[in-house]
Amino acid sequence: MSSQLIQLFQSAVVFGTVIMFGAIGEILTEKSGNLNLGVPGIMYLGGIAGLAASFFYELNNPAPNPVICLILSFTAAFLAAALGGLLYSFLTITLRTNQNVTGLTLTIFGGGIANFFGGGLNIMAGGVGQISVASTSAVYCAFVPGLSGMGVFGQLFFHYGFMVYLAIIIAIAVRFFLVRTRRGLNLRAVGENPATADAAGINVTLYKYLATCIGAGISGLGGLYYTMDYIKGTWANDGTIEALGWLAVALVIFATWRPVNAMWGSYLFGLLSWAYLYIPGLGRRTMELFKMLPYLVTIAVLIFISLRKKRENQPPASLGLPYFREER
Amino acid sequence: MEQYAIQMKGVTKRFGAVTANDHVNLEIKRGEILSLLGENGSGKTTLMNMLAGIYFPDEGEIFVNGQPVTIASPKDAFTCGIGMIHQHFKLVDVFTAAENIILGLDNKNRLDLKAASRKITEICQKYGFHIDPDKKIYDMSVSEKQTVEIVKVLYRGADILILDEPTAVLTPQETDRLFNVMRNMKADGKSLIIITHKLHEVMDVSDRVAVLRKGQYIGDVATKDTTPQKLTDMMVGRAVTLNIDRPAPENPKPRLEVQGLTVFDELGVKRLDHVSFTAMGGEILGIAGIAGSGQKELLEAIAGLQPLQPGASVKFTPPGNQPVELVGKTPLQIKRAGVSLAFVPEDRLGMGLVGTMGMTGNMLLRSYRKGKSFFTDRKSPKNLAEDVKERLEVVTPSVTFPVRRLSGGNVQKVLVGREIAQEPAVLMTAYAVRGLDINTSYTIYNLLTEQKMMGVAVIYVGEDLDVLLELCDRILVLCGGQVSGIVDGRTATKEEVGLLMTRFNKEGGAAS
Amino acid sequence: MTHKEPLLRIAKRDSIPRPKAYAIRVIAVLLSLLVSGAFIFSVTKLDPIQVYKAMFDGALGTSRRSWSTIRDVMTLLCIGVGLAPAFKMRFWNIGAEGQILIGGIITAGLMRSLGPSIPAPALLVLMAAVSLIGGCVWGVIPAVFKARWGTNETLFTLMMNYVAIQLTSYCVALWENPAGSNSVGVINQQTKWGWFPKLFGKEYSLNVILVLTLTIGMFVYLKYSKHGYEISVVGDSENTARYAGISVRRVTIRTMAISGAICGLAGYIAVAGVGHTISTTTAGGRGFTAIIVAWLAQFNSFVMILISFLLVFLQKGAVQIASQFNLNDYASNIITGIILFFILGSEFFINYRLIHQPGKEGKA
Repeated sequence: MSSQLIQLFQSAVVFGTVIMFGAIGEILTEKSGNLNLGVPGIMYLGGIAGLAASFFYELNNPAPNPVICLILSFTAAFLAAALGGLLYSFLTITLRTNQNVTGLTLTIFGGGIANFFGGGLNIMAGGVGQISVASTSAVYCAFVPGLSGMGVFGQLFFHYGFMVYLAIIIAIAVRFFLVRTRRGLNLRAVGENPATADAAGINVTLYKYLATCIGAGISGLGGLYYTMDYIKGTWANDGTIEALGWLAVALVIFATWRPVNAMWGSYLFGLLSWAYLYIPGLGRRTMELFKMLPYLVTIAVLIFISLRKKRENQPPASLGLPYFREER
Repeated sequence: MEQYAIQMKGVTKRFGAVTANDHVNLEIKRGEILSLLGENGSGKTTLMNMLAGIYFPDEGEIFVNGQPVTIASPKDAFTCGIGMIHQHFKLVDVFTAAENIILGLDNKNRLDLKAASRKITEICQKYGFHIDPDKKIYDMSVSEKQTVEIVKVLYRGADILILDEPTAVLTPQETDRLFNVMRNMKADGKSLIIITHKLHEVMDVSDRVAVLRKGQYIGDVATKDTTPQKLTDMMVGRAVTLNIDRPAPENPKPRLEVQGLTVFDELGVKRLDHVSFTAMGGEILGIAGIAGSGQKELLEAIAGLQPLQPGASVKFTPPGNQPVELVGKTPLQIKRAGVSLAFVPEDRLGMGLVGTMGMTGNMLLRSYRKGKSFFTDRKSPKNLAEDVKERLEVVTPSVTFPVRRLSGGNVQKVLVGREIAQEPAVLMTAYAVRGLDINTSYTIYNLLTEQKMMGVAVIYVGEDLDVLLELCDRILVLCGGQVSGIVDGRTATKEEVGLLMTRFNKEGGAAS
Repeated sequence: MTHKEPLLRIAKRDSIPRPKAYAIRVIAVLLSLLVSGAFIFSVTKLDPIQVYKAMFDGALGTSRRSWSTIRDVMTLLCIGVGLAPAFKMRFWNIGAEGQILIGGIITAGLMRSLGPSIPAPALLVLMAAVSLIGGCVWGVIPAVFKARWGTNETLFTLMMNYVAIQLTSYCVALWENPAGSNSVGVINQQTKWGWFPKLFGKEYSLNVILVLTLTIGMFVYLKYSKHGYEISVVGDSENTARYAGISVRRVTIRTMAISGAICGLAGYIAVAGVGHTISTTTAGGRGFTAIIVAWLAQFNSFVMILISFLLVFLQKGAVQIASQFNLNDYASNIITGIILFFILGSEFFINYRLIHQPGKEGKA
């Protein structure tokens, strides 16, 4: 296998992992009937919180402990993103604001917070690209020991940081939760028909809150992975996270709300996003056109599921709608 | 041991200015079937929803097995052993029967559908019904869905079952089967409350009858000590000699000739099956049938709102003119062809009116296209709104007040007022008096009769046979999407119409 | 078995007097300013009053700054006006970003290629017309699918944004100037071909005239025209629309054509009247912000002026404090977010009321 193809495969996996986190979190959220368009903002929150936590830890500790680095940044990212989800939940579930508008506002807000503090960190560190969280980033970037050296096979499957595998584990866990557990069944019912779920004694509000907050936390890990592994522990106010966040939203549709589809879909999106680099004879201009592919494919899927009208492929029936028990 | 399974004391529920239940007291014993009887809008469902945890009472107390309880959510209701089968089924369409049945139970986290299926089969055998646990809800018939609902409640170990108008959507055979199941459950010591307004069912299945009227508790009697006549008196508050004025039709002429209407719904179910009849100008044609027999589809098909199967024909003959074919025309084309068709649909706010607009905006719905101007003419609809408000005594703060916030009766007056103002040649109404008080109902009857005397062909889809028999000149009976008969409103008896309503059935076509 | 009664219950209000509703909104804005102030203070230890003063200075301090604020208000307002009919119809057009970019690309392309070959007014009109058509096409595509097959428009229009962004990247690469800069640079910088002319001695008069005309026009269109009436009916209930003989399909497509076209025109204004260049940030998130503008104004285009002004004021002010106090100007997004959260949340207290139930009043 040529090294070019291996490289393409690796880039696709790394790229895919960022949006896989985003998409899996959003699937969990959307299964509760909440269409959270704040995914980009949430990924921003996760990214900056993880980065800031490890930055200050490493700044104050000349010999940072990798385990603490990991725990600090991971927890900070998950919690910050989950807080974003909590804010969204409070507004849309308790105060019944419009989901789309609230989500978009969250994207503006999260991007603002992240870039504001990210810029601040850059200044503190002495300039763009000067942030050093080497110890933390090293933990995230460490390949699977031993296995990554196994020739092409190792190159293809073990040449990644642990977050790549965590994403897969989370995707499978979410699938297991949704399909094989009672709580997963309850959650799906909430998203399909909250009045029915309510009548069945399910605490609709609690399920929506939890699914949205945990979903946001998972999405936030995408931002963390992006800052720690993808750009090796720096910060750039270039809007890439936002673009990736929207791609994650697209992936949810592409995957027809199924975590396992999101898994291979994310790698496919990664492949489509990087393929232009490896196709010979592509000019820079054509590359830009090439980058449209993931979105065009998503549009095609969207049209396809609306044409087929297969019941199992539709979005959760109450997606985007508020629920109020005594509504008359 | 306490004799009563449930006692409700002084329970009151208000929605804004409307009092749905006014200090209601209700009791049900163990091992008893209680009928909760009342007209539409008498507050039966609201009262039961408070037992099921859907609504929370504004005042009053509820006792279960003698203990005071607070039922703030459906979960609390289950804890008390109360289960309700709602009229609109609370099922998740994309789930299987088993998934729906175990929904919300969290004794174990592992989803064990096999064990659930076994238990479901057990329950089915015990009480004598059948369902396939792995069938998806969207593939089920109405009766199957209802069975799922009942099993769901039993699966949760409910001792008190509330059934909200369970027979409205069932064939007579299915109804009989349901009643047998209910008797089995009673024998098993369960308490059942059945909400209905069908007297023969009350007499057939229940031990005791409690009557609500306009949100108030009227009283209760043992079924064996009462007669349908007495119950009706309790229900409506006086004997039902309705005394609707019914002048003889003057010079009726064929106005609307309907031939071979067949309609399938989105799911491919046949809703209308070769329906043919003629509506005359100058008479009221009643349409009777159990709920969901194709009434809605019939009116919508005539109005150009339903896709029809080939071979159908609706010929409209305007007074002194050549007939016009309506099939294949959109509502707009029908209007443009000069056919003045007024239609009061069943879903008033969802179909006939724009809820967020005031009376003026709603008057505009039929007339906004008038004139060549790019802009709407607001003056004449405003005058019309003022006129309707005054003539029909619509209670509204102003003609710009959103109609969504008006009471049901006033909403209906706005709708009927607008439709009549079109000076129609055909006036179709679906459940025109549903949820209205007696006075408003009479206002509507009189308006319809007035239209009839002006030579309009009035089509009145109704559910109350007494009204149909006193208001209409002829009555067409629908059964399962077919015309099972057309009778003379002056000579037909209630039994005759009732028989026609159930004449066809799934098993054997025409039974008589 | 539980004996507690819920302490707080929520019930829908029948109606609320208008002054009270506005009072609630004003309180929300004040609260949000307090929270933003606390935020600024906590990260900078600066006196929030000073900071707000600086913001005011940044937005309206000099005539030049005022004009730049007005210019940005107009661009945002134009997009909001474009979105209003779609949202009134309950069509979630979150594709304004893309529609703006398409209008912008077309304008930039014509500016570059036609330049002096046709008279300036004709060029301006031509660019406007073609960008209207471009935005229109971009808006109509999702509308057709929604109208015919019920394809989810929220997600479709969102994806169309990114297709447009990549198209823009393509054009930027195509028209790169100078080579290697990865930008188009200011188009016709010397000649100002295709730029909005100064009117009445002011640079942005044409922007104001165009957008205010559209604003008034949209108000009249929605409120008094037959089309506007149809939009309201479809937005309220599609069944009622069908009942009244309104073709939901036609209204959906027609309204999205108008919505997309105006957003396309906003792209034209952003390129020919403001930036004189094109890049993937020409829309700059304003397509999303404008949704919030239209939504909060409940599609009343005059209220939109106010909300657009508020948002642009914040943004300009934040840029000012950023430079004055050595922060970065993303602070504006944070403050915008906080204020929007509060305004959004305040609607709850307008539509619902909380019922407090102490003790056991049920016994009475």
